[in-house]
Amino acid sequence: MRERFSMGRFFAVVLKEFIQMRRDRLTFAMVVGIPIMQLVLFGFAINSDPRHLPTAVLVQDPGLIARSLVQAMRTSDYFAFDQEVATEEEAQALIERGDVQFVLHIPVDFTRELLRGERPQLLLLADGSDPSATSNALGAARQILENVLARELVGSNQWLRPEASSVELIVHAAYNPERISQYNIVPGLMGVVLTMTLVLITALAISRENERGTMENLLATPVRPAEITLGKIVPYILMGYLQAGLILVAARVIFDVPMSGSLPLLLAVMLIFISANLAIGITFSTIARNQLQAMQMGFFFFLPSILLSGFMFPFRGMPVWAQHIGEILPLTHFLRIARGILLKGNGPAEIAPEVWPMTLFAVVAVAVGLTRFRQTLD
Amino acid sequence: MERDVDRADTAPIIDVHELTKSFGDKVVVDRISMKVLPGEIYGFLGPNGSGKTTFMRMLCGLLTPDSGSGTCLGHDLVQEPTAIKRSVGYMTQKFSHYTDLTIRENLDFVARIFEVPDRRKTVDEAIARLGLGARQKQLAGELSGGWKQRLALAACMLHRPRLLLLDEPTAGVDPKARRDFWEQIHKLAAEGLSVLITTHYMDEAERCHRLAYIAYGRLMTEGTVRDVIDQANLVTYRIEGPAVRELTERLRSSDGVGQVVAFGNAIHVSGEDPDRLTGILGSLLGTEQAYRPVPATLEDVFISLMKRAEDNYR
Repeated sequence: MRERFSMGRFFAVVLKEFIQMRRDRLTFAMVVGIPIMQLVLFGFAINSDPRHLPTAVLVQDPGLIARSLVQAMRTSDYFAFDQEVATEEEAQALIERGDVQFVLHIPVDFTRELLRGERPQLLLLADGSDPSATSNALGAARQILENVLARELVGSNQWLRPEASSVELIVHAAYNPERISQYNIVPGLMGVVLTMTLVLITALAISRENERGTMENLLATPVRPAEITLGKIVPYILMGYLQAGLILVAARVIFDVPMSGSLPLLLAVMLIFISANLAIGITFSTIARNQLQAMQMGFFFFLPSILLSGFMFPFRGMPVWAQHIGEILPLTHFLRIARGILLKGNGPAEIAPEVWPMTLFAVVAVAVGLTRFRQTLD
Repeated sequence: MERDVDRADTAPIIDVHELTKSFGDKVVVDRISMKVLPGEIYGFLGPNGSGKTTFMRMLCGLLTPDSGSGTCLGHDLVQEPTAIKRSVGYMTQKFSHYTDLTIRENLDFVARIFEVPDRRKTVDEAIARLGLGARQKQLAGELSGGWKQRLALAACMLHRPRLLLLDEPTAGVDPKARRDFWEQIHKLAAEGLSVLITTHYMDEAERCHRLAYIAYGRLMTEGTVRDVIDQANLVTYRIEGPAVRELTERLRSSDGVGQVVAFGNAIHVSGEDPDRLTGILGSLLGTEQAYRPVPATLEDVFISLMKRAEDNYR
C-alpha cells in the first residue's frame, strides 16, 4: 500500500528543522562566518595580478636610456627596485634565495651599441617557478621597453625606433576593462560559499538522525522519505539566500562590483542552484553510514567543484576531460550565470543553456537520494 | 491466515508465524510464533541480545523478516507496514526524541507526523497528564531518565494507538515511577489497548497477563506466570543454616543440580529431577541440616531456561 505525500507531515519536518537550525548556534555562526571569511580571503587577500614585485638591477652601463627604462618599469607598478647589485653572481644568488623576483641586467656598452644600431641585448632574469606571479609583469616589460625607446630615441636617433606594425591591433577587455579580479571573484564566491556550506550541512542532515537514534522513531511513524527529504531541504534554501544576500551586498558596497543584469533573475536561478547543492548533500547523507563519512563525501564533492568549475583557474585552460567533469558540476554553470548576469547584463535567453544542466543535476540527485533512502533499519 | 472474522473482538492483535531474521550469518530471531489478544499485556523476557528488540522492530515495520509471516492489527507485516505504523505506538529502548527540541515541540512534532485531529488540544492534554505543564519549554535533552521515559510514553500514545510496543521502558527508572508506569499500562489495557513489553524485572514480568521467554532468538516458553512455572518442572529446596556458604560450591559441582542461588542466609537449590536432587541433598547434608521444598519462582525458571538454552543452542 503506497502512502500519499502529505503536506501536513512535510510541514512538520520543515518546522522541526527550522527549530533545530535556530538552536544550533555553531552551524548558524558557520553559515554567516564562512561567507565573511571567504570574502576577506578572496576579495582582499588574493590577487591574481601581483604588483610591486621585488627586482634587483645590475647596471653596467649607466646611460640615459638605462636610467629611463628603470624609471619606466618602476612607474608601471609591476616592479619595485629595491636593490642594486654589482656582479652577475650576486644577482644569481638573490634569485636563488628568492629575495627578488626579477633581475634586470643592463650590460656594458648598452647605450653605445644601441645608438650604433647593433641590436644590443637586455636581460630580464625572472624566478619563473610560479608562473602566475611573473607572467603579467613579464608581459608588461616588453611594452615598457618599447615605450621608453619611442620616447628617448628622438632627433637623429629616430631611425632606431622599432618599426610600427602594419596592422594596428585594438584590444578591448569588455565587461572589466581595468581587469579588476574582484569583479570576477566576488560573484563566483557566492557560488563557492553556497556549494561549500549547503552540501556539508545537508550531508549531515540524515546521518545525524541515524547517529542520534532519532531515525528509528521517525521510521516507526507513517512519514514518507519524500516528506523527510524535502522537509529537510526547504529550511536550508532560506539559509542559502541569506548567504547569497550577504555576499551580494558586500559585492555592491565593498567591492563595487557592477550589477548590470537583473537581480531578480539571478535570485530566481539561484533557487535551482541551491536546490541542486542541497539535493546532493541529502544524497550523500543517505549513502553515508555516519556523520564523518557524510562530511568526507561533502569534501569529495567540494574539491572538484572549486578546482574544475572555473572559479580558481580558467575553465578553457583545462584539458577536455576535465572540462567534461566541470560541465557536470552545478557550480560551473552557476558561475557563468552569476558572472553573466552581474558583469555582462545577460538575460534569460543567454543563461538558458546554463540553467538546464543545473536543473538536471538537481533532479537526478533528488531521485538518487529518494531511492537510496532506507525506510527500514535492515 | 487463520483470522477469526466472526469474533472480531478476540481476533489476535499480533499473530505471527515462524518469524525469522538474520544479520549476516547470525540468526537473531529464529522461527518465533506468537499471538497477542486485545487488552492483553504481554511480557517479553530474555537475556540481552536474545532478539527481543529485533522481533519488535519486525512487528512495526522497521525491519523486514527474512521468512515467516504474520499480521499486526489485521495488517500484513510485509505488505502493509504503513497501515501498521499508523495504529502502533513504538517506544524505543534508547531515548530517540529530539534532545534539542522542548517537550512541547517534541510532542507537537509527533502529533503533526501522525496527523492527529485536534492537535493542540491533544498535546495540551498529554502535557497536563504528564504533569509537565511548568516544564513544557524545557529541552528534552535536559530531562532526567525518568522524565524522558514519561515523555517517550506520552509521545507514543498521542495518536491513540491500538497496540503499544514498549522496549525496556522502565530500564533505569526509579521504583515509584515504575509503579506509576504500570498502573497506567493496566488502566490502558482495561480500555482495550494491547501491550507488548520487554523487561528484565521479575516483578514486572509478574504483572503481565502472559509471558514469553526467548533466548538465542528462540521462544523457550510461553503462557501465564503460572503456566510458565508449571511447564518448567522445576523443584526447588531451601536450605538454611551456618554451613550454606561452603555447601554452595559442592552443590554447584554436582550433576543433577540445576542452580544454586543465595538468598540472605539461605540458598535455593533447584533441579529438574526431584529424585536425583533429594538424593544429592541427602548425601551432602546428612541429617542435622534441614531442607524443605519451596515453590519455584519465575526467576528460578528463567535462569534454568537460560542455562538450557546455552547448552542447546550455543
